[in-house]
Amino acid sequence: MLARVATFAIDGLESRSVSVEVDVRPGLPAFTVVGLADAAVREARERVRAAILNSGFEFPLRRITANLAPAHLRKVGPGFDLGLAVALLAASGQVPPEAASRYAVFGELSLGGELRDCRGALAVAEGTRRAELRGIVLPRGRAGEAALVDGIEVLGVGTLAEAAAVLRGETRVATPAVELVRAAPNAADELDLSEVRGHEAALRALEIAAAGGHNLLLQGPPGTGKTMLARRLASIMPPLSRAEALEVTRIHSVTGLHDGSGLVGRRPFRAPHHSISAPGLVGGGSVPRPGEASLAHHGVLFLDELSEFGRASLEALRQPLEDGRVAIVRGQMACVFPTRFLLAAATNPCPCGFHGEPRCGCGESEIARYRRRLSGPLLDRLDLLVGVGRVAGDELAAPPRSSSADARGRVMEARERQAARLAGSSATCNGQMNAGLVRRHARLTAAADRALLEVYERTRLSTRGHHRVLRVARTVADLEASERVGRSHVLEALVLRQIDPAAEAAA
Amino acid sequence: MSSPCDDCLRRTWLIGALAAHIARAHERFGSLDSLLALDDGELVRGLAGRDADTFRIGLQRFDARSARRQISGSELHAACRHDELLYPGELRQMPDPPAIVHIAGRPDRARELLAGPAAAVVGARRATPYGLEVARMLGRELAGAGVTVVSGMALGVDAAAHSGALEAGGATIAVLAGGADVPYPASKRQLYGRVIAAGCALSELPPGFRPRRWCFPARNRLIAALASVTVVVEAAERSGALITARLAREIGREVGAVPGPITSSRARGTNDLICDGAHPVRGAADVLDLIYGAGGWAFGARARRAPALEPHLRRVLDQVSGGAATVSDLTAAGGTDARDAMVALSELELLGRVRRGPGGRYVATA
Repeated sequence: MLARVATFAIDGLESRSVSVEVDVRPGLPAFTVVGLADAAVREARERVRAAILNSGFEFPLRRITANLAPAHLRKVGPGFDLGLAVALLAASGQVPPEAASRYAVFGELSLGGELRDCRGALAVAEGTRRAELRGIVLPRGRAGEAALVDGIEVLGVGTLAEAAAVLRGETRVATPAVELVRAAPNAADELDLSEVRGHEAALRALEIAAAGGHNLLLQGPPGTGKTMLARRLASIMPPLSRAEALEVTRIHSVTGLHDGSGLVGRRPFRAPHHSISAPGLVGGGSVPRPGEASLAHHGVLFLDELSEFGRASLEALRQPLEDGRVAIVRGQMACVFPTRFLLAAATNPCPCGFHGEPRCGCGESEIARYRRRLSGPLLDRLDLLVGVGRVAGDELAAPPRSSSADARGRVMEARERQAARLAGSSATCNGQMNAGLVRRHARLTAAADRALLEVYERTRLSTRGHHRVLRVARTVADLEASERVGRSHVLEALVLRQIDPAAEAAA
Repeated sequence: MSSPCDDCLRRTWLIGALAAHIARAHERFGSLDSLLALDDGELVRGLAGRDADTFRIGLQRFDARSARRQISGSELHAACRHDELLYPGELRQMPDPPAIVHIAGRPDRARELLAGPAAAVVGARRATPYGLEVARMLGRELAGAGVTVVSGMALGVDAAAHSGALEAGGATIAVLAGGADVPYPASKRQLYGRVIAAGCALSELPPGFRPRRWCFPARNRLIAALASVTVVVEAAERSGALITARLAREIGREVGAVPGPITSSRARGTNDLICDGAHPVRGAADVLDLIYGAGGWAFGARARRAPALEPHLRRVLDQVSGGAATVSDLTAAGGTDARDAMVALSELELLGRVRRGPGGRYVATA
């Protein structure tokens, strides 16, 4: 007899429909699985056999052939166990085949028949809705995550026996309710700006970065709190929209970072170690997996000790930063991973880290060489540079300057103004404006124009540097609800301007 | 323009050929002393050791014509000691003058630059932002006042002094430790280009010569001799710039030094010089006093006394002069919040009172 059950394969960050066909006929007992299955899938035979027997079902001593269709799609991982088991039960009459064909199933089986935790539940649920099936049967621990997709039944079960009982109609399982109101973005354990003492300039830079989507470079001696500040950047960005939250949840679920408890409430903060490889950073591998850049999608990617990162890794980040996505091509498979994040980086001012203090013994050429390692594609993308220094004693004792909630409020208002102004263009925030948009939208007052010209002449700023300053000045103006970009806005933007290699060479 | 004579060409070749031997002697005795005052024969006898005969033959077989070709092929001009026109007169007073001065740049420019007064501005390679700023200012204001700025184009103070002079019209001479056609250090290639375009570069060594250790003190004696006053901007205790100061004093030139913070190791040498009798240099005016005698000069355009600053800008400027380099430093000191400090810094930058350096750190302009 032939039975079919729908399940899914995880391809990149998406799920793809896979049909498990099982054919049982008389002949010498055998159990073959075909359909470009990898080693883990082929091992499914042992798991499925043991799980079926240990669940009290009969394992047909016939000739069993299982096919995972379509055959050109590579099947990876243990998630097909349940599909194979249910299809086999259906083909041997132990589960009604029509029920099996109305629902999709997904999950890994233990030898004892229990359903193990899986990755990618949200993606699988989305696939179920796309395939217009009635619902999905999957591990109970992931039911909450799958239930984020409406329009389908979500049947979380703990064992193969339970799954069979549900499909036979003997038990009912309710789809879990999902609170659409997520936990407030700043729960008690959230990192908050109110914990920061001193660092006024850096806090201002963080606010500007979050408000305009400007990438930020924090520079200062070791131990001054650059990492601490960067970690709080996500806390002042606007809360995730539902669509953004779903995207982040799907990405984190597929990579195994999500605990299945529902929608991700916070913007991701990723801080890879500087020894990371290019594929680790942007994605890759023989089976394409998303990299840190995708895990930071809709969040913050923080590169601490920027000068220690390999040149190849940083070079690989260039396209993702530019396009907001990265395409990984492997043979016939091409996966596109989203990579829209805010980039923050930290670096020392010189090799010993104490530039400007008497104890710094670094010579001019050492410093130049050290700084050269930062140049190139990445520096161009970092709109802001802020110095982080030691906090003075009385600043430590002072009350907090700001709270994340306050800052976030200002950031959100500024973002709204930008969204209104940039509606219909290719940019959603000031940091994404290209030269044309900058010219059109950053209207300067006469005084501001004079100031910018003066600096351009005096410091031999490059055209790129000039545009960066304008973008940032536009954000400063937005934070003050000002329609025109005025002189004080330009002056503030100038202090935070990025190092300009052209200007330095002329110095 | 007369060509260098054969004897002088031969002498120059000999120095270059004996480079390794001179290096050994320099290492052993710790200084060049009057090694270069010895004539050809004495040099060979004293230094060549077993190779003495080889060198004597080399001297005999020396081909002056090909040496001249090498010079013109490197786009240099050369003036030997006997050249009344081009050879800098100041060098004749030395006990060990260079046989030939090779010139990169326009030879008539070199003559122009040496016709008037010249000041040497030298100092540490690992200079602080303060030292670089002062060197640049001195270069700019001295050149602006018609004084030729002489230095060695080394990293740090030297390069800053040349840059400053170039900003004010280019009255600067770089005395190189290698051939006049070899920009050294290589990282200063661009600066070299600008110097030979607006000023000139000099060297006593043959074209293409790569500097050795002993070439630096040798070059420093030329710097000291070319200028009527040597100013040390910043020097740690064992800085090469102090040697230039000593050489200047030995040949009767004035020596000035810029005071620095007593907490800075980079100022120890200069502060010591002042205690030992060097004139304190608080600005270009002090250097001009040394050159012309107090009251013997006036700035062409009356030196612009910087226009008065608004009190809050003055306060921020004072803090930056006192060492505050970032907005963090300013807010830590108290009395101002980040936004005001940022606006003030930019205002001061627009007024030219502070400069934003690499890494976004600010330093007061001198």
